Amino acid sequence: MSLLQVRNLRVEFPTRRGTLVALDDVSFDIAPGEVLGVVGESGAGKSMTGAAIIGLLEPPGRIAGGEILLEGRRIDNLPYERMRRIRGREIGAIFQDPLTTLNPLYTVGRQLVETMLTHLPIGPAEARERAIGWLEMVGIPAARERIDSYPHEFSGGMRQRVVIALALCAEPKLIVADEPTTALDVSIQAQVIALLKRLAREKGTAMMLVTHDMGVIAETADRVAVMYAGRIAEIGPVREVVKRANHPYSQGLMASIPPLDRRVERLAQIEGAMPRLSAIPKGCAYNPRCPRVFDRCRRERPDLMPAGATLAACWLYAPASGEGHAP
Amino acid sequence: MRPMIETQDLVRHFDVSRPLIQRLLAREGRRTLRAVDGVSFDIPKGSTLSLVGESGCGKSTVARLVVGLYAPTRGRVLFDGQDLGTARADRRQRSRMQMIFQDPYASLNPRWRVEDIIAEPIRAFGLVEGRAAQRERVGALLTQVGLSALDGRKYPHEFSGGQRQRISIARALSSNPEFLVCDEPTSALDVSVQAQILNLMKELQARLGLTYLFISHNLAVVRQVSDRVGVMYLGRLVELAPAETLFTTPRHPYTRALMEAIPDLEMTGRTRIPVGGEVPSPISPPSGCAFHPRCPLANARCRAEAPAMRPAGEAQVACHAVEEGRSAA
Repeated sequence: MSLLQVRNLRVEFPTRRGTLVALDDVSFDIAPGEVLGVVGESGAGKSMTGAAIIGLLEPPGRIAGGEILLEGRRIDNLPYERMRRIRGREIGAIFQDPLTTLNPLYTVGRQLVETMLTHLPIGPAEARERAIGWLEMVGIPAARERIDSYPHEFSGGMRQRVVIALALCAEPKLIVADEPTTALDVSIQAQVIALLKRLAREKGTAMMLVTHDMGVIAETADRVAVMYAGRIAEIGPVREVVKRANHPYSQGLMASIPPLDRRVERLAQIEGAMPRLSAIPKGCAYNPRCPRVFDRCRRERPDLMPAGATLAACWLYAPASGEGHAP
Repeated sequence: MRPMIETQDLVRHFDVSRPLIQRLLAREGRRTLRAVDGVSFDIPKGSTLSLVGESGCGKSTVARLVVGLYAPTRGRVLFDGQDLGTARADRRQRSRMQMIFQDPYASLNPRWRVEDIIAEPIRAFGLVEGRAAQRERVGALLTQVGLSALDGRKYPHEFSGGQRQRISIARALSSNPEFLVCDEPTSALDVSVQAQILNLMKELQARLGLTYLFISHNLAVVRQVSDRVGVMYLGRLVELAPAETLFTTPRHPYTRALMEAIPDLEMTGRTRIPVGGEVPSPISPPSGCAFHPRCPLANARCRAEAPAMRPAGEAQVACHAVEEGRSAA
């Protein structure tokens, strides 16, 4: 059974000028030990999906439909206190900026120990030993000496390691990591990715990895969901989506990434920009920018349907539609 | 032909000492951050030099030194053969250089209409006389960067990030500059929009014969736009080479480590061996070669003696191991 199931998730933001739909009909599963990458451009809804799962949507945003199940139990409608227990114990979160996750007034050791004491049936001495173990595990040199340091005494890369240790120390089954390496330099990013991969493998932890960096996804994820304007445009195995994307948006996104191994005279570009939430076009949200748009795309909104080895929300793959010119 | 820009042993230090009383109480001296510590390069007219490196390597400080936003602590910058200080004092010379910044949200005044933003350099340098002529020029600039002449009436908040960066470019082009300093012009943009801006910058260079100093931390972007590339580490250039040479045969161990660290889309399944450690503090840089604590090839000489830039093939490299032939490759 899937560890996490997201079913038809809908998130709305009531505003003075009407309700904005930030996420619409988002569904996916994550299996134990699996890394699901979520990519998309700013405003596509990828961070919002992560926030909804860990129950930390910024008000006035709210879940307006669908359900989120962790090991078959609904977690989207729990009272705040119950959700707080699940967060940390069963779902760990890693955010982009390590400084906002760590409490500047407590030593990193105290933060690790308290997290474990809250969630695990162990005593303070055992928790401290485990805290040292976690710091060693995430690659902090001289962990025994540094455990009593404050967050500001660590560099950016080391702080992000502490955040990872903090997310993992209660041994959650699922980690939601939102741009965990974006604030880091590339050499530190490589270290952190290697660490996350190793931990997912060794501990069997499932992970939802939200990032705009396809390179990070290609190296880390098992499956990828490509999001556009609050919906999943395509979802499938990482190799398929990166190498043989089916949705025209995923194709455009992949093609516009500048290659490192050669110089191209002109990069492929997608014309225009993603629509604002207040002005999502009728039909397929991508239709005004899509090079393969046809009539039906402007009228009807496509749901995910089988396309090659992935699922794509695109009328090109509609079974036996008279209009589609499926490849 | 004279290079557009030449820097000679450029140095910029910042005083980051604590206030006097605290210094006296703690019995400590002044502290100096060596942001740029002896950087020399030139940029031929019509070409692009990129500077790459991780945060704190000094690349943005070099950008600001080259357009005169900072004065150098030592060394000098020549703009078209003329000392930059002298050139900056002359309005006509000053209008020949412009800068594009990273954040298109912060670099445009939200209270001004786009046409006024773009016309500001025209007015400041007195380039076009008369309102109608100015408006016509602004319209032409907007069209040149792929926007509509009618967009001039709007305010910055009505545009997306990519469109705002186009507006920044139009403003930079409004004084007919020959030299543009671009400090991370696409790092705040989404990848599909980044491609639009990079294509636009290349088109404009081909059409107008612009010279670019391009600052970026993204090696893949740098490969697409550069004629030559300089790799910086802790305030110094460690390697300077034609772009193709640098990417096909990186010589400095740091350049290689940077390339090794970039996650790629090839999914070869290879296990990377990321370079350990982090960039040291530029307030107390390591002795000798600043990269030696992280370098797999470091030996006693590297710890004692800072390497100078020496020719290696088409490149210049500051590395004892490369000079002595200790680096296998």
